[in-house]
Amino acid sequence: MTSTNLIAILPFLILAAGITLAMLAIAIRRSLAVTAGISFVTLLLSFISIPVFAVRAAGPVTMLFSLDGYAYTIFLLILAASFVVALLAYRYLQIHAGQADEFYLLLLLATLGGGTLAASSHFASFFLGLEILSISLYALIGYAYDSPISVEAGVKYLILAGSSSAFLLFGMALIYAELGTMEFTGVAHGLASIPAGVSPVYLLAGFVLMLVAFGFKLALAPFHLWTPDVYEGAPAPVTAFVASVSKGSMFAVLLRFFGGLNLNRIPSLQLVFILVAVITMLVGSLLALRQNNLKRLLAYSSIANLGYLLVAFLAGGSSAMTASTFFLVSYFVTILAAFGVVTVLSGRSRDAQGLEEYRGLMWRRPWLAAVLTVAMFSLAGLPLTVGFMGKFYLVLAGVGAAQWVLVIALVISSAIGLYYYLRVVVSLFRQPLPATGAPAEAGAPALSPVSGVTLAGLLVLMIWLGIYPTPLIEMIQAIAPGAR
Amino acid sequence: MNLTILLVLPFIGAVLAWIAGRWSNLLPRWIGLITMIIHLGFSLWLWVSTPSRPGWMVEVDVPWIPSFGIHYHLGLDGVSLLLILLTSFLGVISVAASWRGIQERVGFFHFMLLWILGAIVGVFLSLDLFLFYFFWEMTLIPLYFLIAIWGHENRVYASIKFFIYTQASSLFMLLAILGLVFLNAQNTGRLSFDYNVLLHASLPVGTAIWLSLGFLLAFLVKLPAFPLHTWLPDAHTEAPTAGSVVLAGLVLKLGAYGILRFVVPLFPGTLSTLAPWMMALGVAGILYGALQAYGQTDFKRMVAYTSVSHMGFVLVGVFAWNQYALQGVVMVMLAHGISTGALFVLAGDLQDRLHTRDLNRMGGLWDTLPRMGGVSLLFALASLGLPGMANFVGEFLVLLGLYQTNVLFAALATLGFIVSTIYSLWLIQRAFQGPNRWGWKLPDMTAREGLILASLIVLVLWLGLYPQPVIDTARPALETLQQSTAGKTSSLQPAAQFPGVFLQDVNAGEEKP
Repeated sequence: MTSTNLIAILPFLILAAGITLAMLAIAIRRSLAVTAGISFVTLLLSFISIPVFAVRAAGPVTMLFSLDGYAYTIFLLILAASFVVALLAYRYLQIHAGQADEFYLLLLLATLGGGTLAASSHFASFFLGLEILSISLYALIGYAYDSPISVEAGVKYLILAGSSSAFLLFGMALIYAELGTMEFTGVAHGLASIPAGVSPVYLLAGFVLMLVAFGFKLALAPFHLWTPDVYEGAPAPVTAFVASVSKGSMFAVLLRFFGGLNLNRIPSLQLVFILVAVITMLVGSLLALRQNNLKRLLAYSSIANLGYLLVAFLAGGSSAMTASTFFLVSYFVTILAAFGVVTVLSGRSRDAQGLEEYRGLMWRRPWLAAVLTVAMFSLAGLPLTVGFMGKFYLVLAGVGAAQWVLVIALVISSAIGLYYYLRVVVSLFRQPLPATGAPAEAGAPALSPVSGVTLAGLLVLMIWLGIYPTPLIEMIQAIAPGAR
Repeated sequence: MNLTILLVLPFIGAVLAWIAGRWSNLLPRWIGLITMIIHLGFSLWLWVSTPSRPGWMVEVDVPWIPSFGIHYHLGLDGVSLLLILLTSFLGVISVAASWRGIQERVGFFHFMLLWILGAIVGVFLSLDLFLFYFFWEMTLIPLYFLIAIWGHENRVYASIKFFIYTQASSLFMLLAILGLVFLNAQNTGRLSFDYNVLLHASLPVGTAIWLSLGFLLAFLVKLPAFPLHTWLPDAHTEAPTAGSVVLAGLVLKLGAYGILRFVVPLFPGTLSTLAPWMMALGVAGILYGALQAYGQTDFKRMVAYTSVSHMGFVLVGVFAWNQYALQGVVMVMLAHGISTGALFVLAGDLQDRLHTRDLNRMGGLWDTLPRMGGVSLLFALASLGLPGMANFVGEFLVLLGLYQTNVLFAALATLGFIVSTIYSLWLIQRAFQGPNRWGWKLPDMTAREGLILASLIVLVLWLGLYPQPVIDTARPALETLQQSTAGKTSSLQPAAQFPGVFLQDVNAGEEKP
């Protein structure tokens, strides 16, 4: 461990210091404003330290972490997303009863876990990051402890994430037993040295068990059942976090680990991935069709979106990294905007989530409705929004790798997706029914300037990146070669 | 620069109208009207000042997303110029036609209306396939809102159906575009979405068919061709007047333009392999649309089915791919835009008065609305292809060209003239003739409505009596298109001499330098 290495992990150190500070601050005086302030500053400093200091020291740090351009890019994305969640959550926490300041502590911890995942290059650091992230999430999801569905969601997530961790550990153990290494590169080398024709049963079993754990975390199709309940039950800002940071960091590990394996050498495993991707895309879209709850609908939408992301992953090569990173950016911006609107509309007692509650929002709160509309169009992949560019990039990667099955599944799923995104948009523009009672924002406070500026920023990003994505694409392409 | 102004002007007007809508209901209307009049003036100036010649009359080409070889590449030739003239003209008409009918959310309405006009101009100008797809998709959103917010009773169903049909089919076009680009990149080693580059792509025959089918699916849905047309009657019927005018007059032309500009030139092989099938679909559309139109009781729904019928002529004309047929296609596009636009304006005016579109609730309206009755009769006659009006010129030229390539289909398509006579006269009979059973007493045409319809009448007569300027503008562009497929296909150059007045026109033009 040299001083260069310390600079390389500076963003993590800042985050850890911030967490400690926040903990001490809570011990001295409980105040939402102080904790929130510490969190904002920590996230900001950590974010700034990456381009200013850390990038110059990029490289492997011990055998546990590989802090390359890709890790930093994902970490930047995670920090930015956490920052947005932190900003949006402030007013939400102010009006909700109970102690609110631990929320920021847990949020910072989860962010640290996500960053660790993005940088991990070893089973140990992978598991460490995963557990830091998951354990913070158990508490965050059940944070609205006076609401039964929030607690139910927390318990559900706890049990399922716990068992998926067990699958992961067992898979890792099998791989270690076979190859005697826990480094990602070591596993790849070990696999490459197995002569053709030999079918390494334990190894395959290990990979599949790990895939199960990834499937749980990313909510891929046969393992997606927890998603709608958790999305519905968790407080809206937490749902935004689960949908963005938790999935994004997990996908980074997926790309790093399985992407390094050269899946073409293991056709059976590749077939499993393709099947999972196709089923994920179709299941996500089909199950979203009949949802009348915006949070559940977005849950299924995020399932489908992760399926799209797998298309880039399976396309392989350098385009896998660039296309998936671009799509992640687009997905992050869009899903944060969507849940941001849900957050600011949520009242004291419960979150705004029934589609009926959103009827006519365009005529009452035009700016919020505009943000939600653009977010829906972006998720549907319509032009002028970043979602269009993201999906275009994915299809480009898929067609470039001649993955026709995946690309056609993506197209079909997108076509189905139109229907439910449009349902949301339609309800925003319809006249409210007199009989359905209070509209969504009845119990919600006025829009705070901070939330307003945050949402406006996301709106500008969604449109700006949809019209002129060139700088972002060039940035991503610049980091791609140093990734593996 | 000129093209960028042409493209951006409606979008600027759109934003201004939206903002103005916060203070006043009148201001957005004037902003919309003035924007589109300036746009019309500007395109007329381009028409007069730029001589029509082979190749692109005006071109802009700047890198947009260089890493994918995507350019902001716009180009104007005779065909796109004519269609843009139609766009700005119908833009003025549709703003004017909404003056009384739209009273809610006026600013937002004009935002959407001008937005779709801008996106349509973008489609007609794009020479980069990504840019083309970008604008193509961009037309959907405003039309969806126009139907869903300001439409009639069943608007939500109609708007979602419209959106899913067109969007799902255009996703397949996206796949085809990417397939084409990658095949070309394998040969040249460079990603490029440029139309001029892709024109020279060499493709394996089998793959080319699949790719062309991807494009065709999107265009046939938009056109709409016979089995894929079912979204159209719903969308037309439920849309507000301006929406119907834009939909019939312009959005359907996007499909026709796509086949003309992209499918055949990029995949000349379609002329020998798919042409008979496409012509069969076209003829089926002509007859089926006409029969369906005859059976309707809803004024707008009936006009919608006549669109299916008229667009059948476009489809057979494009795949006949000779000079007469292509001239005819351009004329049919313009004529249909004007005459069907006028019929929808009339339908809107009637609905404002009667609060119904049901033909069974009409009858004998001539007594109380003599001027509207006269104008309706005129446009019904235009629609059935009466000589002296624009539709006749177009459909006649299409049949003339089609006859040279396929006599059977030409004969069948001619039957369309008979059925269209029946449904057009039946429409007038049911709405305006007979006894006034319901005792309607209604105010006749206002000055605003009169002005709108008068300008449409002037155009439909001008194009019918003296189409030469339009033909002169379109010819170089159409010849360039034909040359791009020359030698790559087995067939179908204009055949030997064939006597006829329009043929002489065309020949006279050809002899000029």
